[in-house]
Amino acid sequence: MGSGPSDVSSGTALPMAIKVLIAGGFGVGKTTLVGAVSEIRPMRTEEIITEASVGVDDTSGVEAKTTTTVAMDFGRITINDEVVLYLFGTPGQDRFWFVWDELSMGAVGAVVLADTRRLAASFPSIDYFERRGTPFIVAVNCFDDAPRYSADDVKLALNLDPDVPLMLCDARLPTSGREVLITLMEHAMKKAEPALS
Amino acid sequence: MASADDRNEDVWHDEDAGPVVRPYAMTRGRTQPARGEFDLISLVVATRSVPSVAAGLQPEHVTIMRLCQRPLSVAEVAAHLNLPLGIVRVLLGDLLDKGYILAREPQPASHMPPERIFKAVINGLRSL
Ligand SMILES: Nc1nc2c(ncn2[C@@H]2O[C@H](COP(=O)(O)OP(=O)(O)OP(=O)(O)O)[C@@H](O)[C@H]2O)c(=O)[nH]1
Ligand SMILES: [Mg+2]
Repeated sequence: MGSGPSDVSSGTALPMAIKVLIAGGFGVGKTTLVGAVSEIRPMRTEEIITEASVGVDDTSGVEAKTTTTVAMDFGRITINDEVVLYLFGTPGQDRFWFVWDELSMGAVGAVVLADTRRLAASFPSIDYFERRGTPFIVAVNCFDDAPRYSADDVKLALNLDPDVPLMLCDARLPTSGREVLITLMEHAMKKAEPALS
Repeated sequence: MASADDRNEDVWHDEDAGPVVRPYAMTRGRTQPARGEFDLISLVVATRSVPSVAAGLQPEHVTIMRLCQRPLSVAEVAAHLNLPLGIVRVLLGDLLDKGYILAREPQPASHMPPERIFKAVINGLRSL
C-alpha cells in the first residue's frame, strides 16, 4: 500500500480518510462537539446487529434471530485534497461494546469527554481505550452549572496515566473543539512515533 | 447536505436501538458484498455519470451513483440513503463489481498514518 493519495487498485486520486472517536458518558456533549467542529451537519448511520436467540433448535430450519440496530453520529472535516478527518460519536449504551470495537478499529485516537458532576461516567471509556491501547485524551466539558476544578485535580480524580493529556473545553464552541482535536492529534502522533522509525 | 435527516424523522432519530424487520430484503438476503470491504470511512467515488435504472440496477444503486459523483465515505452514503450500513455495503459491492465505483480503503488498523498526515491534520485544524 502506498502512502500517496491514489489507490493502487484504481489509480484514481482519492483522499485518505482518518477517524477519531468522541466518547464519554450519556449526555456529556459528544454530539455537540461533533456538530461544533464538523463542516457538515452531524449525520447518523445505523448498523444492523443480528443476535441468535437463546435455545434455537438448529435442526428446525427456522432462523430464530433477533435484529436490532445501533446508531452512530458522525461529522467530517476536510483537511486538504489528501486527507479527510471523520469524527464518530460512540453509542452511549454499554451493551454495544462490539460496535465500539468496530469504531475503534483503525481509529487514530479518541477524545473522552468528561463532566465534573459525573466523573465516574467517563471511567468505562477510559478503561476501554487504555485496554485497547488507543491513544486518547480527556476533555472536561465545562457545563455552566458544574463545579470548576483544575485540570490537575481532575486528572488525579480520574487516576489517569501521567502522559494522557487532559484539558478543559466547551463542546459548543468550534474553536474549543478544534483545540481538543489538535491536542489529540499531537498526542497520537507522539504515540505513533516509535512505530514510524 | 443532510437530506436523510428530512425523512423518517421518528425512525431515524429514535433511541440508539430499535427493531428492524427483515433488514436484508432489499439485497435479496445477501448480507456480504460481492466485492470490497467497505469500512465506515472507506471513500467511494463514481467512475461514470449516473446510469439509468434500465442498466439492471435498483433505484438505490442509482441514488448511490448520484451521491458518489464526488468522493463520500461509506458512512455518509448510508446516512444519505437512510439505510443500515450492512445493506449499503452490499449495494456498494454490486457497483464495485460492475466497475461503476472506485473505493479507497483506509490504512489497515495495524498501521498508524505517517507523520506527515498527522502534521497535515494539525496544520489544517489550526488554519480553520
Ligand atoms: N451548558 C452547556 N451545555 C452543553 C454543553 N455541551 C453539551 N451541552 C448540552 O448538553 C446536552 C447533551 O449534549 P449532547 O451533545 O447531546 O450529549 P451526548 O454525549 O451526545 O449525549 P448522548 O448521545 O445521549 O449520550 C444537550 O442539551 C447540549 O445542548 C456545554 O459545553 N455547556
Ligand atoms: Mg449523542
